[in-house]
Amino acid sequence: MTEQPTAAPLVEMRGIEKSFPGVRALQGVQFDLRPGEVHALMGENGAGKSTLMKILTGVYQPDGGEIRVDGQPVTLPTPHAAQALGISIIHQELFLMNHLTAAQNIFIGREPRKGLGIFVDEAKLKRDAAAIFKRMKVHIDPGAEVGHMTVARQQLVEIAKALSYNARVLVMDEPTSALNETEVEHLFGVIEDLKANGVGVVYITHKMDEVKRIADRVTVMRDGQYIDTLPAAQTPMSTIIQLMVGRELADQHRATGTGTAEEVLRVEGLNRGSTIRNVSFALKKGEILGFAGLMGAGRTEVARAIFGADPLDSGTIRIHGREQRIATPADAVAQGIAYLSEDRKHFGLVTGMSVRDNVTMASWRRFISGGVFMQDDALGRVAEDYVRKLKVKTPHIHQETRLLSGGNQQKVVIAKWLLRDCDILIFDEPTRGIDVGAKAEIYRLLEDLAAGGKAIIVISSELPEVLRLSHRIAVMCEGRITGELDGRTASQEDIMTLATQRSSAAA
Amino acid sequence: MTDTAVQPAASGKPGFFTTQTLQKAVAFVVLIALIAFFSAFASNFATGANMVGIMQATAVNGVLGVAVTFVIISGGIDLSVGTMMTLTAVMAGIVLTNLGMPLPIGILGAIASGAFMGAISGAVIAKLKIPPFIATLGMMQIARGLALVFSGAKPIYFNSTPNYGLLSPESTISKLIPGVEIPNGVMIMFIVAIIASIVLTRTIVGRMIFALGSNEEAARLSGINVDRWKILTYAICGGICGIAGLIVSSRLNSAQPALGLGYELDAIAAAVIGGTSLAGGRGTVIGTIIGAFIMSVLTNGLRVMGVLEEWKIVVTGVIIIVAVFIDIVLRRKA
Repeated sequence: MTEQPTAAPLVEMRGIEKSFPGVRALQGVQFDLRPGEVHALMGENGAGKSTLMKILTGVYQPDGGEIRVDGQPVTLPTPHAAQALGISIIHQELFLMNHLTAAQNIFIGREPRKGLGIFVDEAKLKRDAAAIFKRMKVHIDPGAEVGHMTVARQQLVEIAKALSYNARVLVMDEPTSALNETEVEHLFGVIEDLKANGVGVVYITHKMDEVKRIADRVTVMRDGQYIDTLPAAQTPMSTIIQLMVGRELADQHRATGTGTAEEVLRVEGLNRGSTIRNVSFALKKGEILGFAGLMGAGRTEVARAIFGADPLDSGTIRIHGREQRIATPADAVAQGIAYLSEDRKHFGLVTGMSVRDNVTMASWRRFISGGVFMQDDALGRVAEDYVRKLKVKTPHIHQETRLLSGGNQQKVVIAKWLLRDCDILIFDEPTRGIDVGAKAEIYRLLEDLAAGGKAIIVISSELPEVLRLSHRIAVMCEGRITGELDGRTASQEDIMTLATQRSSAAA
Repeated sequence: MTDTAVQPAASGKPGFFTTQTLQKAVAFVVLIALIAFFSAFASNFATGANMVGIMQATAVNGVLGVAVTFVIISGGIDLSVGTMMTLTAVMAGIVLTNLGMPLPIGILGAIASGAFMGAISGAVIAKLKIPPFIATLGMMQIARGLALVFSGAKPIYFNSTPNYGLLSPESTISKLIPGVEIPNGVMIMFIVAIIASIVLTRTIVGRMIFALGSNEEAARLSGINVDRWKILTYAICGGICGIAGLIVSSRLNSAQPALGLGYELDAIAAAVIGGTSLAGGRGTVIGTIIGAFIMSVLTNGLRVMGVLEEWKIVVTGVIIIVAVFIDIVLRRKA
């Protein structure tokens, strides 16, 4: 198989359409992959990259459009059908069985048999796995348990598994997100070998320098649409970033304030494994500090660490100038820090309990008479009060919170912390799963809270949201704060540049 | 995602026909139907003596059911309630018979030792992060072993405490209201149930238990000291086991160290039949008491009808599965 830039495409996707209830995820998207090329697929979170690749690998069915493999139109009703055509995917989160060996994982469901087909031929299993590893030029013991391997090695096992299906198309979804520099180099070596053998690789990534390193072409997607396909080597990074964020800011409203001079929170030298690296920042009263970055940049981890939900390796947290030891969420709440998780249903609300109980939960101990008895009437009055103030749409305060809409659930969580008198509010993706109308209402609520003297951190993956709300923006990448921007003047491009700045480039 | 559907809401109060109310109603109707059925087809069923027998049998399982209801609502499980009951009975025997202390001290000894052992289970679960199933499986054996060790593997009789029968077989109420032959053990069960119900629905303790069982992580992130409440929950469960230990030993006029295994399954069954969700966060004491009555009416009725004793075990198994299935169906509709 010789390398020709004009080789007939292995895979062609044209006019792909896909809708989910309430969302048009893909609109007329095209994509093609040639043998022996690495084709990077880029775009912001929610641009539609994963949906497109799920269609290519048979996980989703397209509503419209055509897929051709080797020039022949095909349907891919199941992941199995895609595998049969040589299309495999390496997910960001690996799907391996930790207690089985590398060889057992590779051939799961297809084990060679012996003795009337009753027994697994373990020897052959190992031989076959070893042969694949040899072809990949990696040294992995086929008999080693996968659970004891590093993520990098597990990834190689996944790749070996794909190759065992004679994969000619390999989709890799952010394969380097959990790897260190050496491991990344090793992986690139494996990819180069795959290329030389005519395998086409779709490489989903957020990291510019990786695209420059190994991709032949780049396709950019945005808001479920195909934007452009460009040669990776000749296209400047800034052009790619611009294509990724391209849309005009729908709402030109910008944060205007700067907060007061009074420093409420100062974080210095925060470290936790490889997820938080030397993070320092300060937060002032009346200020909204935005935390921007791509998924997995470490923003949620920083928030959880400050809140005492996860332990820190090192670092100091000062509140109102005083150093505080925060070991548990209870400590954080006692210091007036509240954390509003992006995953409201798991971490924010007790969905089976009523609006009243959720609003008052963090303050229950203030509503006790006779040592143990709950003052349910008082709880009800307070809850009614907050329901009115925050305009929570609920038939009554006894409604279970699981029956409320996303926006109203978020308001219930906000009410919980306001009642608890927290003055440092950390919002993690405050409008995730909330419809457009309710979003504007949440934005106004956050602005009112800041104007009323609360100090607010907003973690958001939606750039327009960060720009809309933040007085100041801290951008994170790979556990580090790569830069701080003024909310009044920052652009989406500024943020994306910092958010894709890898450690090597940041120096 | 069908859970965003808006429920038709009446005034400012929760709807009457919540799943929980409905489920209790179903359990209650089943209980009445069983009593009606056995009264009609078993001539010896609806006699005063038999009714007292049923109530006697319900008392112990009912109290243990209430104990385990606390833990199950909090999202846990306690397999040690049966042998814990035995251990606390032995403790009462040691305090009253071996040490010759007065009755109140014996009562205190039983309840306190149960609460202490329960707190240990709770601490093991909360602090060492051992799953409740395993931790209490261990505690089940520990309590069983300790009961045998402390008693020298022999029954301890309460002959030196003449008024020990007050705790179960005697009927104080029949002296006040002649004809109402409800044994004290049953009265104690009702009192325990009423207090437990108030604790669960009206106090901070109950609110925390429901919060833990509904979403422990959300509770933790609300600044609640989850570990402490969890330990308290298991301690309450152990304390109530102590009450069951007093009732059972009073009825037998002895602490039987070999007794206890298997009681935990009946107690869990009573809670489940009464609509307490093993997933946590949902359940009522009244439901558990109804569940305990369903089990003893069934056992007794089948025996009176002359059905082979072994069959009632089979029927109990079927009832548990049917009850949980009803629970699933009702919840799907909600």
